[in-house]
Amino acid sequence: MAAPKPRVKVPKKASQGEVITIKTLISHPMESGQRKDKKTGELIPRKIINKFSCEFNGQVVFSCDLDPAVSANPYMEFNAKVNEPGTFKFTWVDDDGSVYETEKKITIE
Amino acid sequence: MAKVVKHVAVLFAGVMLGGSTAAFAGGPSDDKLVIDDEIEIITRTAAPEGHPLDEVISGWHYRTEETRALEADSFQNPGMLYVERGEEIWNTVDGAAGKSCASCHGDDGEFLKGLGANYPKWDEANNRPINIELQINACREANMEAKPYKFDAADQKALTTYIKHQSLGMPVEVDLTQGEMKSWWDKGEELYYTRTGQLNLSCATCHEDYNGNYIRADHLSQGNVNGFPTYRLKQSSMVSLHNRFRGCIRDTRAEFPAAFSDDLMALEVYVTWRGSGLSVETPAVRQ
Repeated sequence: MAAPKPRVKVPKKASQGEVITIKTLISHPMESGQRKDKKTGELIPRKIINKFSCEFNGQVVFSCDLDPAVSANPYMEFNAKVNEPGTFKFTWVDDDGSVYETEKKITIE
Repeated sequence: MAKVVKHVAVLFAGVMLGGSTAAFAGGPSDDKLVIDDEIEIITRTAAPEGHPLDEVISGWHYRTEETRALEADSFQNPGMLYVERGEEIWNTVDGAAGKSCASCHGDDGEFLKGLGANYPKWDEANNRPINIELQINACREANMEAKPYKFDAADQKALTTYIKHQSLGMPVEVDLTQGEMKSWWDKGEELYYTRTGQLNLSCATCHEDYNGNYIRADHLSQGNVNGFPTYRLKQSSMVSLHNRFRGCIRDTRAEFPAAFSDDLMALEVYVTWRGSGLSVETPAVRQ
């Protein structure tokens, strides 16, 4: 597949103190490093997303480490309480050091 | 000692309960599939005339609750990644003629609406049925002057997925009056009921006689193909119809025909007809 592409679903508006649901998905093969190439018999090097984090106005609201057992195209869903308008920043860290980022703004109604 | 006995008794009751639950849960689920709370999918419908079963049921009903939920939310559905990729391919120029699919067919998906629900079709030029994959290749060669895709190339699967997805929710209908479609249907029917392989199984053994039951850990569906190409969790990827046909035949421990061969095209015509009236679900999510 093409380069990993993050996707995020965050409501555009929330009322103050509301708990919202955030959904994230990134296209990624999550190669475990434990499979062998059928033709050469050699190990296919590990390449997974090993960290994910979500910050709101600079403060971490959710983060996790990922391990080789996680399937391709990891999907994560979590909740966050919104007390003020601001920006959610999402970060995925790849084994090769690449960092994939995206942001979503939310306003208070 | 008494404690141990009690433990065994509980375990036994558990097994009994497990057994009866499995038998109860063996049939298709009663849920309704509505994608994103918007698009109602026909997953059960009256069988077409001449069909051996009374009702045709989508494979969605035979999957676990978690897998069913994945398909009901287009954001969670990993197959949608391939729909996006397919759209990119649709709009990308390839080949000596300097054209993309969109150059002739537009980029708004209007041209494709309903198209994927009516394949396979009769191909007058080649005097045999044609499916989406072969149609793409025919177009690439004749109009784009590009190389045809090899079977199951990543781009072939993504583009096919994108094209079929434009008919999401629309009922599958194969026109058997075109050309010699009926004789291919006949051939497909014959293959469907022919036992093959060391295990001596026909398509009908599992998908007609025993659908709703378990074959080891796998819950047998009616084998309808309205969701293809399908995202299979097992492969973490899209699986094309002919790949699935070959997988099934391989599992009977038979030699399997080449993709797009006469045998598999006949089977595609027949099996697609068996799911007439079900909505296109592409990309469906399966086990």
